[in-house]
This record gives sequence, structure tokens and C-alpha cells, in this order.
Amino acid sequence: MAVEVRIPTILRTFTSGEKSVHGDGSTLLQVIDDVEARHPGLKNRLVEADGLRRFVNVYVNDEDVRFTGGLGAPTADGDVVVVLPAVAGG
Amino acid sequence: MSAVLKIARDHVDAMIAHAREDHPDEACGVITGPAGSDDPVRLVRMINADRSPTFFRFDPTEQLRLYREMDDADEEIIVVYHSHTATQAYPSRTDIAYAAEPQAHYVLVSTAECGPDDGPVEVRSYRILDGVVTEEPLEIRE
Repeated sequence: MAVEVRIPTILRTFTSGEKSVHGDGSTLLQVIDDVEARHPGLKNRLVEADGLRRFVNVYVNDEDVRFTGGLGAPTADGDVVVVLPAVAGG
Repeated sequence: MSAVLKIARDHVDAMIAHAREDHPDEACGVITGPAGSDDPVRLVRMINADRSPTFFRFDPTEQLRLYREMDDADEEIIVVYHSHTATQAYPSRTDIAYAAEPQAHYVLVSTAECGPDDGPVEVRSYRILDGVVTEEPLEIRE
């Protein structure tokens, strides 16, 4: 069943245009690593040395993972991960 | 993707009104429309989570709600707008670094001259792709 990961338009170059992909893992990081194995380059756009990049928002089942453990946020089969680029500027 | 922003007068007026109301903080929002249409239909004011005269950021919870609504309606973001309250209506370095909606028109409203009151206001539109800014004309429909 796996975890569904919704991919924003700007990152679909890494997923052959797919709007959503699937991955396995019991944490967000494991899911990202599993997806990265089939869609190389995606992880670098989401993750930097010390965690999630500042300019992406990631939600697991509608919860912003910044409040639920970041890359360590728990995931389970059937969960939905949504990735949204932050809309921000100066 | 056309190199012009076709937009209703009401939407331009609504963006200006929002920018004036929030002055001196930056105002921000979107105009959504049917996916792939390049037609801005529904204006949604967004909270500037930074509440700052020099920065803006959509509130992540509100942004997710917007994403859900758009997903259900098969819509996408056609316009991302925000205001500059002390500088001209041209994308800042931060605006360019964050721009991540390749299909969107980026509209800048400057209230530097008018502040919260009636007076001259600048509204300009851009594409921002891979760090490259291209200004485009607005074609305003009455």
C-alpha cells in the first residue's frame, strides 16, 4: 500500500511528470530515501544537512511535520505526504 | 504560456486594496483558476505569516487548505501577488530565490508612494523561472 507522496509542479521534472509517487518507510526520511531510489535528485530539493529545507513545506496527513518531528515524523501505509514549495519572498 | 497577464480590473483593484490595508506590512495572496487555463478567476487573500514590512510568507496551514481546495476543484495558482511597501514593484532577491510556481504570474504591487491612502500605486507582472525575471504587460479587462 505504501505512502503516497504528492509532488508539486516544480519538482515533477524528477518524477517524469507524475503528480504523486509512492514510497515505503516508517519515517518521513525513510519514505524520501525510498522515493529517491527511483527518482534521483528529488531528495536534494527537499533535504539539506540539518533537516528539511526552509523553502519547502511538508505535511503528513495534513500535519505540518515541523511540529511532528521533521524528517523523523512517523509514517505508515496509507498515509499521504504533501510537499508544497513555500510561497515567500521579501 | 502567454507572455502577458490577462486579468480582470476587479482583481487588480482587489490586490491594490489589500496592499493598502496591510501597509506598511507586505500583503500577499493568489488568484487561482482552472489548471492549465492561464485564466485567473478566484482571488484569495493569504495571511502574511511574517507580518513584516520587508518579508512575506504564506502561513503553512492556510497554504495547505488552499492546496486542498485547488486540488478538489482541479485549479492551480495562476497569480501570486504581494506588495512592496517601501520599494518599487520589482522582484527582490528573496522573491527570485523563493519563486517556485513555474506556471504562475508574479504580480508586485508597490504602495511605497501612496501608503495606506489613495494615490499613485504601481502594479507590475513578471515570470520568474530558474532565477530569471521577465517582465510582462498586464492586459486589464474591464
